[in-house]
Amino acid sequence: MHRAIEAIWRIESARLIAGLARVVGDIGTAEELAQDALVAALEQWPAEGVPERPGAWLMGTAKHRAIDLVRRRKTLERKHEEIGRDIERAQEGLDLDTVTDEEVGDDLLRLIFTACHPVLSRDARVALTLRVLGGLTTEEIARAFLIPVSTIAQRIVRAKRTLAEAHVGFDVPGGAERVARLSSVLEVIYLIFNEGYSATAGKDWVRPALCEEALRLGRILVQLTPTEPEVQGVVALMEIQASRLGARVGPSGEPVLLLDQDRARWDRLLIRRGLAALERAERLGGSLGPYALQAAIAACHARATTAGETDWPRIVALYDAVAQLAPSPVVELNRAVAVGMAFGPAAGLDLVDALVDELSFKSYHLLPAVRGDLLRKLGRLEEARAEFERAASLTENMPERDLLKTRAAECTADRIAG
Amino acid sequence: MRVLIMAKEGNQTEAAAPPTADAMAEYQKFDQELVKAGVVLESGRLHPSSQGKRVRFDGKKRTVIDGPFAETKELVAGYWLWQVRSIDEALEWLKRAPYDGGTFEIREVVEFEGV
Repeated sequence: MHRAIEAIWRIESARLIAGLARVVGDIGTAEELAQDALVAALEQWPAEGVPERPGAWLMGTAKHRAIDLVRRRKTLERKHEEIGRDIERAQEGLDLDTVTDEEVGDDLLRLIFTACHPVLSRDARVALTLRVLGGLTTEEIARAFLIPVSTIAQRIVRAKRTLAEAHVGFDVPGGAERVARLSSVLEVIYLIFNEGYSATAGKDWVRPALCEEALRLGRILVQLTPTEPEVQGVVALMEIQASRLGARVGPSGEPVLLLDQDRARWDRLLIRRGLAALERAERLGGSLGPYALQAAIAACHARATTAGETDWPRIVALYDAVAQLAPSPVVELNRAVAVGMAFGPAAGLDLVDALVDELSFKSYHLLPAVRGDLLRKLGRLEEARAEFERAASLTENMPERDLLKTRAAECTADRIAG
Repeated sequence: MRVLIMAKEGNQTEAAAPPTADAMAEYQKFDQELVKAGVVLESGRLHPSSQGKRVRFDGKKRTVIDGPFAETKELVAGYWLWQVRSIDEALEWLKRAPYDGGTFEIREVVEFEGV
């Protein structure tokens, strides 16, 4: 029974919180009301059985308390004339028989935009999004990110307080603000995905559960905003990258890099879904945004039956476009890798060397890893070894560290053999 | 996790008559709800088994059997591939499906060996 209630909570909680937030005006209060309804369910359902429409039951239970709250607030504010009107609005707004699918969708979209509000730190946005939209418990979020439960709990409490203090309205803005806010939403979803795809710390190289949570959020968002090309783009990118999850890990949990992967193990269903989303992004018109461009790069790999067939010049061109739209040292580094593949390791190394002094790269392990790879291809094995060693000392992810140490050892072996 | 839902719709599986417009609308509403929740990866319906074939393997021998197949209760009429967090979640979704007959089977798909 407990597991059934948990499953129902996962299905219903976002809609529940979204509907309540519209009536009470803030997601902190809405989430508490929803949690109270969950507690009531945990008390009553084991004895009485799961109601026929569990979502409506939870909403009905939370609704009474929401209406009480609205009444109390207005009384405090001495706005008696508003009480009747507000309560009537709350009654109707929370009646699942009268609320349309479209209204539920609008509420969900407001919830996503609010949880990902730029007034919050990235970490806070991630935690709050997984909590109110993913229906994850604080413990589950903590476990996923290998962070103490108390830290996540604090982040969520502070995030709710920050939203309340900043008087962040429960809405979806229009115009230029919408564009900025949407990009904050996409950033949060992709951050969650990436933490699962290339775990920055810990003993696992990938954590598929986080990728799945991010994909689910993306798939929900794409239904709510079907005409946003960048939403299609981020979903396309995640679907295609996720198609490689199974091939990314070797038999003993070791990382297998893209060009060494057994492409027969790539998930064709996810590739097909990703390519379809990319096509929708392209059809929606305009020039592609950074996520859609990265999806197009991922698609180049997905379409190549063998690593040797990869269209590297096209990948370089796509990275050029990403670098124009969203310039960053990481993009430059990726571009250097592609240039190395398309036009030879010396050309790639020139670009990487230009990045060495980049301040944000001081402790970024992928810079020496890429440099080591290019040096090795150029036969500069001793320098390559030193770079792989340096990269290994910089990563917090254990399987990745082992892989980099193996590469360093291979350079030494090559040198002795050569 | 990924689960395969096999719809064994009993008599309806082999019915010559298509479902009524009302039944179809109900079904589509449910399917749409699943899509909106980010659950559906893929879905499809199968033609009646009269158009199907079976291949029986026995050592080196292969025997082709033409449909229709007799065991009506076990015949699959359609399928869904869902992405869910648990079998319990799949169960909760499936219970909401607008069917009044048949048996629906939930099976977890093997993935991420070695992860």
